[in-house]
Amino acid sequence: MTQLSERLDVVVAEVEHVADRVVSLVLRRFDGEQFPVWEPGAHIDVYLGDDITRQYSLCSALEDRDVLRIGVLHVQESRGGSQRVHETLVKGTPLSISAPRNNFPLIDSRKYLFIAGGIGITPIIPMIENAEANGREWRLIYGGRSRQTMAFAQQLEDKYGSEKVNLFAEDEVGRLNLQTILGMPRAHMLVYACGPGGMLSAIEDFCMGWPPGALHLERFSADTLGAGSVSEPFEVELARSGRIVKVETTETILDAVEKVGVRILSSCRAGLCGTCETRVISGTPDHRDAVLTEADKDANDVMLPCVSRSAAGCGRLVLDL
Amino acid sequence: MSTPTIEPTVFSGDPYSEQNLLEPYPFLAELQESGSVSWLESQQTYAVVGYAEVYEVLTDFETYVSSGGLGPRDIRKDDAWRPPSILESDPPIHTLMRRALTGVINPGTVRGLRGEFTAPAVRIIDELAKRTGFDAITDLAEIYPIQVFPDAVGIPLEGREHLLPYGNMVFNAFGPENYIYQQAFAEGDEHARVVMNACKRESLTDDGFGAGIWAKVEEGLITEQQATLLVRALLSAGVDTTIFGIGNTLSVLARRPDAWARLRKEPSLAKFAIDEALRLESPFQKFHRTTTVDTFLGGVHIPAGSKVQLFIGAANRDPKKWGNDANEFSLERSSSGHVAFGMGLHQCVGQPIARLEMEIVLQQMLEKIHTLELDGEPTPILHNVLRGFESMPVRITTGN
Repeated sequence: MTQLSERLDVVVAEVEHVADRVVSLVLRRFDGEQFPVWEPGAHIDVYLGDDITRQYSLCSALEDRDVLRIGVLHVQESRGGSQRVHETLVKGTPLSISAPRNNFPLIDSRKYLFIAGGIGITPIIPMIENAEANGREWRLIYGGRSRQTMAFAQQLEDKYGSEKVNLFAEDEVGRLNLQTILGMPRAHMLVYACGPGGMLSAIEDFCMGWPPGALHLERFSADTLGAGSVSEPFEVELARSGRIVKVETTETILDAVEKVGVRILSSCRAGLCGTCETRVISGTPDHRDAVLTEADKDANDVMLPCVSRSAAGCGRLVLDL
Repeated sequence: MSTPTIEPTVFSGDPYSEQNLLEPYPFLAELQESGSVSWLESQQTYAVVGYAEVYEVLTDFETYVSSGGLGPRDIRKDDAWRPPSILESDPPIHTLMRRALTGVINPGTVRGLRGEFTAPAVRIIDELAKRTGFDAITDLAEIYPIQVFPDAVGIPLEGREHLLPYGNMVFNAFGPENYIYQQAFAEGDEHARVVMNACKRESLTDDGFGAGIWAKVEEGLITEQQATLLVRALLSAGVDTTIFGIGNTLSVLARRPDAWARLRKEPSLAKFAIDEALRLESPFQKFHRTTTVDTFLGGVHIPAGSKVQLFIGAANRDPKKWGNDANEFSLERSSSGHVAFGMGLHQCVGQPIARLEMEIVLQQMLEKIHTLELDGEPTPILHNVLRGFESMPVRITTGN
């Protein structure tokens, strides 16, 4: 098993402009070894020097473990990450990355609706590959400002056909009509969405009419567009007993707490029903649920331990457990 | 498809006989032994009793639709007794109504109710704790929800006495039109008129769930008629079920002094106890779906246009899901996944409210009542689809 802290030394094997302000980077291991196995939705941390670390979703072929590919949008209001990628990385540049990790795993289902906005397409690409390989019914809705800005759009349409791959370039057909797309929920269909915050908020609203648990999304913050959030290990202190529980990257607080024999009432375990809501005594959670209001999330008095974690820089949460 | 077809067992027992309504579990066990899906001769429907099969029907809302009604008749073919509710609708109509409702009732908005929901519970239970015994149904379960829930929705005080009879009608109509149904509908027009009136915008307070639903009309999400129907859905689904939820939980705990003693020591287990009691004694026991296409369920071929009847009380005691002690109450069991609140698209939107009411009542009781025991057998209610009690005398001791 790959250590979570392990850094992999890689070199940039290819840099390709795949759309306006988007480059695709293909990475190979420096030692020529294969990359560890990863699953759709996974990302890597890319260490860009000067303490700049950015997360980018993987969009290469799952079975090709010789390379990893990421797509990086040059963000105007960049804090320096995407700018550095665009301006300094060329073929042959050595780079240090983390092993792949997954905060956005694809749950097995009979049908999928994938919705991508702009660079949010990257984690969706391996998901589609997986769904197709497993013979699942799926459809991709991919929106962007114009065709020129929509990375990998043409390849996806060529590979899977326009019946499954529905491209919506805003300058040609206007904005994605989410009401039409999500107004008719389908049974046993999961929705996986990735893109800008405004689009995801609208999708969350429409999905309130879907079965609980249908929606899965990965939120990018404006300044880390193209990057998922991080999952570092952290500690949870159970205030009623004083016990300290370590929450590993690969598990939820709910899992970790249940593992030591402390119970939390839960139902969906996906951040959607709110049953497991727990009071936060101290520490700052990273809210990843679709239940709490923005006001609740800002107040940080409660959290849903089935999906939410500890905020970056907060090594310990004290919970009323 | 290579799905092997099983001929469904033809089952001649009647789930709506008085005996089987009052004492459902021996009947359900027998029905379960005949297979996960059987042909119910008396009702001319398929009976679904396996957990996996019930789950499948609840989650495949395209094959098993709700717009045919939750009762044995297809309400699209006959005249329904009332305009279809959210429970009796499919996407895309359901989708809009559900969005409107979920925007108003969700864990966040319900959390704010804890304070106002606690005070009446404290008052009621403080009074009851002064006695040596009381009726857990008529003195408590039937009293508490009616004091808090209509206020939360924001309906007028006047006419609230119609809520219980109205709920009784709504739920009994999910069963056959037998004499129980006829009795429930005896003064039906009057109950329905008063309740529909209470759902109008001008009848509601400005800060309740009702007003929140009407705000969705202003946002352009739903129509005025849909708003009225959604408020009506809250009023019809939110009272009886919670009364039975409280009563059924106490019916289980009053037989388990060991569990009561443990809960007093570990009151944080109260919500698990409620969840497990709801699994074991689910208030909403049965309802129907209608198939849109030919399908297979538990290996049984079901033609398009069939009514399938889901037995929640059986699914929640299916040994294949819950083990051989499925009929036992266990504080150790994780009852997560039970279908007492339904599952999937139509899963109870009021679940956080019901859980809040039940938890507050139980917490207050655990704090003040040292022991709780039955003082005579509870009297089950004669109802087509709900499981509950009309009377349950209990004996208590307190520290005094």
